[in-house]
Amino acid sequence: MKELKLLKGNEAIAEGAIRAGADAYFGYPITPQSEVMEYLMAERPEQRTGMIVLQAESEVAAINMLYGAAGTGKKALTSSSSPGISLMQEGLSYIAGAELPCLIVNVARGGPGLGTIQPSQADYFQATKGGGHGDYRLITIAPASVQEMFDFVALGFELAFKYRNPVMILSDGLIGQMMEKVELSEQKPRATEFDQSWATTGTPANREQNVITSLDLDAGQQEVHNKKLQAKYKKIVENEVRYEEFQTEDADYLFVAYGSSSRICQKAMELARNKGHKVGLLRLISLYPFPKDIVRELSFRVKSILCVEQSAGQMIEDVRLAAGCEIQIEHFGRMGGMIPIPEEVLEALEQKLIGE
Amino acid sequence: MTEEIIIAGFGGQGVLSMGKILAYSGIMQDQEVSWFPSYGPEMRGGTANVTVILSDKRISSPVLRVYDTAILLNQQSMDKFEESVKPGGILLYDGNGIANHPSRKDINIWRVDAAAEAARIGATKVFNMIVLGAYLQIMPVVKLENVMEGLKKSLPARYHHLLADNEKAILRGHEIVKSINKLG
Amino acid sequence: MDIKDIIKPENLVYKKTSLMQDKALSYCPGCGHGTAHRLLMEVIDELGIREDTIGVAPVGCSVLAYDFMDIDMQGAAHGRAPAVATGIKRCWEDKYVFTYQGDGDLAAIGTAETIHACNRGENITIIFINNGIYGMTGGQMAPTTLDGMRTSTSPYGRELGSMGHPIKMTELIAQLPGVHYVARHSVHTPRAVRRTKKAMFKAFEVQKERKGLSFIEIVSNCNSGWKMTPVKSNEWMEENMFLYFEPGDIKVDGKLVEKKKIK
Repeated sequence: MKELKLLKGNEAIAEGAIRAGADAYFGYPITPQSEVMEYLMAERPEQRTGMIVLQAESEVAAINMLYGAAGTGKKALTSSSSPGISLMQEGLSYIAGAELPCLIVNVARGGPGLGTIQPSQADYFQATKGGGHGDYRLITIAPASVQEMFDFVALGFELAFKYRNPVMILSDGLIGQMMEKVELSEQKPRATEFDQSWATTGTPANREQNVITSLDLDAGQQEVHNKKLQAKYKKIVENEVRYEEFQTEDADYLFVAYGSSSRICQKAMELARNKGHKVGLLRLISLYPFPKDIVRELSFRVKSILCVEQSAGQMIEDVRLAAGCEIQIEHFGRMGGMIPIPEEVLEALEQKLIGE
Repeated sequence: MTEEIIIAGFGGQGVLSMGKILAYSGIMQDQEVSWFPSYGPEMRGGTANVTVILSDKRISSPVLRVYDTAILLNQQSMDKFEESVKPGGILLYDGNGIANHPSRKDINIWRVDAAAEAARIGATKVFNMIVLGAYLQIMPVVKLENVMEGLKKSLPARYHHLLADNEKAILRGHEIVKSINKLG
Repeated sequence: MDIKDIIKPENLVYKKTSLMQDKALSYCPGCGHGTAHRLLMEVIDELGIREDTIGVAPVGCSVLAYDFMDIDMQGAAHGRAPAVATGIKRCWEDKYVFTYQGDGDLAAIGTAETIHACNRGENITIIFINNGIYGMTGGQMAPTTLDGMRTSTSPYGRELGSMGHPIKMTELIAQLPGVHYVARHSVHTPRAVRRTKKAMFKAFEVQKERKGLSFIEIVSNCNSGWKMTPVKSNEWMEENMFLYFEPGDIKVDGKLVEKKKIK
């Protein structure tokens, strides 16, 4: 029988982590994602599955606890919101360099600085272009519903271990605070199904020591390591592109959006279609790897594109890079935690693309 | 069927939990639901509000500009959301503390004096259940049995002894709601 | 007599510690790190816990500790070793986890991680090498640099009024209830080496019994950074460092020890 529950996005992350068989969560409170740890603490996962939950003294500590846990080959995650994710960038760079599989959830809010606690998508660059120092990428996936907040935890672990790479779930305060119906999947065993031969577990007599590090003082060796990372990213780009299309078959105009904005665009699309405008929506699921090919393909088929983001326009740069032709590509967004509403998106479509 | 609702009032009036009960009831009858609250310290207007959507199909935007129904429980909410009701839609309000009553002629306006009723029966905690009862009388989007089922599922067992009082309050809301402006 | 006639098991009077890798140490000749490494590996070897031990290397001179210690290890970001060790230990409750950190790493940039790991009473062992200077980056002032001590960033001597006081991290964390065993030793004489090794045994014992955090400070020399010969640096350490950072047990069995100097 289906197990249905009404959950907040943040709670779905927490329940998703328990059910995905996660071994450990480390976090630090910050609005609008504190419900992740609150839910975990209330659920007593140490009794349900043996999962460890620890409140760290800072995001800096949390990400380094994650580093340590991930280095033992266990399934571990953390969550935070924009300012906290900024604090974690050092650790993320080390995690990427040391190739540690783990999951980081960003329930983003408006910035820069302390900004606001309201939803925002202004962390796109940070999430998809590396974020910390050095050449690296996180696999970045963007849920657009509470169900996906739940589902993407298991997906995230799968991708993380498949590539030995950190995975970021890039969400925002809207999805995190919203409640929706979630169909819960069955409890996965905590014993990991993934390869852990590289992990630090103590050195038995029959193998050499395992070392987790991102350091190589020899520039030549470091370059070899960089090339290995780049080869891995290439594989990720080839295999892990994810997106969803809505009514693009006959579309003259195209919305491109991800996460909460893609939900708003669905409604704007309905409103536009009711007025006779043939509008479609390309909803990006993976932000890194960016779904280049479909953007390129659609850029040849539609008249113009409206990128809708809760930012000054970040994803639009990747859309412009991916478009195969000199097509009109416009931005519409709100900033500072303001959420665009469907009617505003429709107005932007009419003014910027249709010329009404 | 899609029903798009905004519930707004003071923090502490049970606005968010009323929305949650509606959403849970929707799940009980196999609908898609979304519940999106104003969160954190509210910057403008001093109100807490929540957008609840019940639908037979996948829900698109959880944030809206206009609603089928607005349930408004203080003056600030009235000022902010009266204009957000779709023409032909429903505005349900509690008269307690309302100086400027709604004046639109293109919507159905209903009033429930739930605060007064809750005070009268000496159970201020069931205030929001009276309002919910009033709403369900006007617009039976969810069945009472599903509301009770939803309540049972969402409340910890230690509160289950309060279920009967809640049901009574909902029924009371059914009775005392009155029409202020009815479209033909 | 050929050299082969000499290299025979029965003639063995000294050998490389089995858990030290067969590599030349990158530390300056005369530095205490090599001895501290060796002691730690001897203790793990003698306890027979290599299979159950995970070490955490810091940023600093011992950033490459895993190139010398032949056990599973993780390299941490600067100052974060106690957080990394926490992550490891929480996932492997039954394993032994230690950090090996210098004074800049542990007592400056990693102060928060150190204090909170101690305060949570993580069942880990922290080995804290205090030589009063940033060795790896070339002799800058450390949080533990003594009053008036010259470094490349305090070229006229540490001036307490503007640069702050040398921090006694070890006494500080000893106050925390989560910390079970705290001692300060050195590795510059055979006697000191024996005491340090004994302390390390005790620390791992504490960890085994899950009694809380164990913390061993090793006051060490930095002959390069201090610009002295190794012998002179050890003398200077005894005459100056030990006055401020007094060797001895500080907390045993969860109880603070009354002042008891080791001469």
